Amino acid sequence: MNLSALSKQLMLLPDYLGHHLALTMLALAIGVSICIPLGALITRVRILQWPTLAAAGVLQTIPGLALLALMVPLLGMIGFMPALIALTLYSFLPILRNTVTGILGVDPSVREAARGIGMTDFQILTQVEWPLALPVIVAGVRTAAVWVVGTATLATPVGAKSLGNYIFSGLQTQNITAVLVGCAAAAALAITLDQLIRWLQVAAEKRSRARGIVGGLALAILMMAGLTPWLSAMSSGDRPVITIGSKPFSEQYILAALLDSKAQAAGFKTHLLPGMGSMILFEALVSDDIDCYVDYSGTIWTNVMKRSETKSRDTVVAELTRWLDSAYGILCVGALGFENTYALAVRRTMAEDYGLKTLDDLALKSPGLSMGSDYEFFQRPEWEHLKNRYGLQFQDLRTFDPSLMYRAVAEEEVDVISAYSTDGRIIDFDLVTLKDPRQALPPYDAVLLLSPAASKRQGIRPAMESLVGTINDALMREANRQVDQSGVSPDSAARFMLLQMSDH
Amino acid sequence: MIKLNSVGKTFEGAATPAVQNISLQVARGEFLAILGESGSGKTTTLKLVNRLIEPTSGTIQIDNVDIASGDPVKLRRGIGYVFQEIGLFPHLSVRDNAGSVLRLLGQSPEQIRERSDEMLTMVGLAPEEFGSRLPSELSGGQRQRVGVARALAARPGIMLMDEPFGALDPITRVTLQDQFLAIQKDLSLTVIMVTHDVNEALLMSDRIAVMQHGSIVAEGTPAQLLSHPGHAYAEALLSAPRKQTAKINALLKGEGSR
Repeated sequence: MNLSALSKQLMLLPDYLGHHLALTMLALAIGVSICIPLGALITRVRILQWPTLAAAGVLQTIPGLALLALMVPLLGMIGFMPALIALTLYSFLPILRNTVTGILGVDPSVREAARGIGMTDFQILTQVEWPLALPVIVAGVRTAAVWVVGTATLATPVGAKSLGNYIFSGLQTQNITAVLVGCAAAAALAITLDQLIRWLQVAAEKRSRARGIVGGLALAILMMAGLTPWLSAMSSGDRPVITIGSKPFSEQYILAALLDSKAQAAGFKTHLLPGMGSMILFEALVSDDIDCYVDYSGTIWTNVMKRSETKSRDTVVAELTRWLDSAYGILCVGALGFENTYALAVRRTMAEDYGLKTLDDLALKSPGLSMGSDYEFFQRPEWEHLKNRYGLQFQDLRTFDPSLMYRAVAEEEVDVISAYSTDGRIIDFDLVTLKDPRQALPPYDAVLLLSPAASKRQGIRPAMESLVGTINDALMREANRQVDQSGVSPDSAARFMLLQMSDH
Repeated sequence: MIKLNSVGKTFEGAATPAVQNISLQVARGEFLAILGESGSGKTTTLKLVNRLIEPTSGTIQIDNVDIASGDPVKLRRGIGYVFQEIGLFPHLSVRDNAGSVLRLLGQSPEQIRERSDEMLTMVGLAPEEFGSRLPSELSGGQRQRVGVARALAARPGIMLMDEPFGALDPITRVTLQDQFLAIQKDLSLTVIMVTHDVNEALLMSDRIAVMQHGSIVAEGTPAQLLSHPGHAYAEALLSAPRKQTAKINALLKGEGSR
């Protein structure tokens, strides 16, 4: 890690931290304003108590990433809103449970006295139960705050900016500095919030108004800091904005940077949402939440169009272009020139020892071998086709993060992986890709897609069209290699590509 | 005047009534003690009067108005209520506790402060010394003084007291009993006090109602009951202090054995 790399990451901090703060503070504020009254309600309507707490408990058991991802189809949108709602739901359990515990813990004789001197039920709640339960309630808010700060780092894949952007892109592009900055910032934020709320908790316990005011002010300042991204976004809203998405791996980060520079050169202001989930990205394009991204023809072909037969590269792109237009009004600007197919890869030594050249050769040996892949491949229809066409029967199937998959096969953790053909690590780790003579896998041309709204907007298509047919396999692989192996940033790799492209 | 007409209460799911056929009258300025052991229904009877519990039969009138016809919250604000657990609000200062009913009645902060301090002085707590303390910083006796101050602050004509001195040590108890009696006479309060302490009932009240198994089994002035209990249980109950006194006298004379 060097200082310039660090300072480069720190430049991004206000933006990421601001969004992270806004998500966290708003989620907590909504959580508090729902759960404290709801908690009071279920101490009175006892029949609701168990179901409500159970529901909050179930929400809590859903992994954070899954809850965030679920919000996208449920709401039919990406970005801040689904992340905010998921995080709000995540804050429910500790606040709700502590509110109930706090209220039920109030000495019954105090409650009886309150009734006996003539307080209404509402006065008992607001003048006796809430004040007495406050230290316990605040403790619950404190727990929720730490959870929400942590879980908010997972908002990146659903298109909400957060400190998770550091972590997701850093992990994929081997940028340890970015990962560390993201983790450190999230930890610092969690500790700060925890201590501020602890201050409030002590204030509630000691019934010290002064402490409470100081703690509340500090939280309010944090809250305002969280709102600065919006204020600055509002004040600079003069240029039209293009939102660019990407999937969570190096090539996609580079391509997003490439689209970004093209859009900026054409005079657009841009908004990048890197590292989103593959299917979330397509849905976001359909609903105009993002304006453009690069997908692969075979992915659309099998996963969206549900086709299983394999056709030539040009035919697939042509059919897909027509289909996307008629089904969704999405514009396929064109193929960029390179193909990034799934290719099963093995260690060179193993290919030689076993005499492996094609997938037919592999099928014969597969019962004794184990295979590793990324998060999605085994769930994709391509894997079904491949498995059935060749009769592959591996002894063991394992899932890895894409950045670790290559190392896993090189170090004999697994024998075969589903590599990406443009990935520089195939060469770096001395792997061999096996031929697909039965054409079980479709072609995977990189295609540039514009959302229905973006395809109608002035000037976007011409800006992007200049990229069509300009990137060959070798150039893409080199750019990927720079990021994955040499620690170059995706932005620099994109600039390198632009230079190369203008030379030819 | 408080009047209970054949009042009964059976709690939901209970096989037998908690109290049944209770008829009582308490005149203005009178001090009535309800005497009985735990489970006899005396606390239930008390709580029926400020509608902390609603009767399942019978009616209760205060100054010839059926209390069931009005708002229970308003009713309770007009009746002082003191009980054994005291139930001070632990998050409020002594002064704010004393003034809590006044605040419910919407009086101005100046009025509340003035009246709270007056009440604290009356129950023997100097406001400048105790006013800003929290209940947790007081002794048991001091806390019950605040409880009495809170109950008296809104100038109620009626006080309901549920074993108010039961948890105090003997010296404090006797002091508070005497001071409360003085206040009661001074303000001509109508009081219903529930107690299981026979001495307390005999020495403080104008009239005693003895309860057993949810019914009143004997009723009369302390003197009447001592001479003619009229019921086996009442007789046993009332003879207990007399026997104790005899033993104590014997001890004082240095004869007799324990």
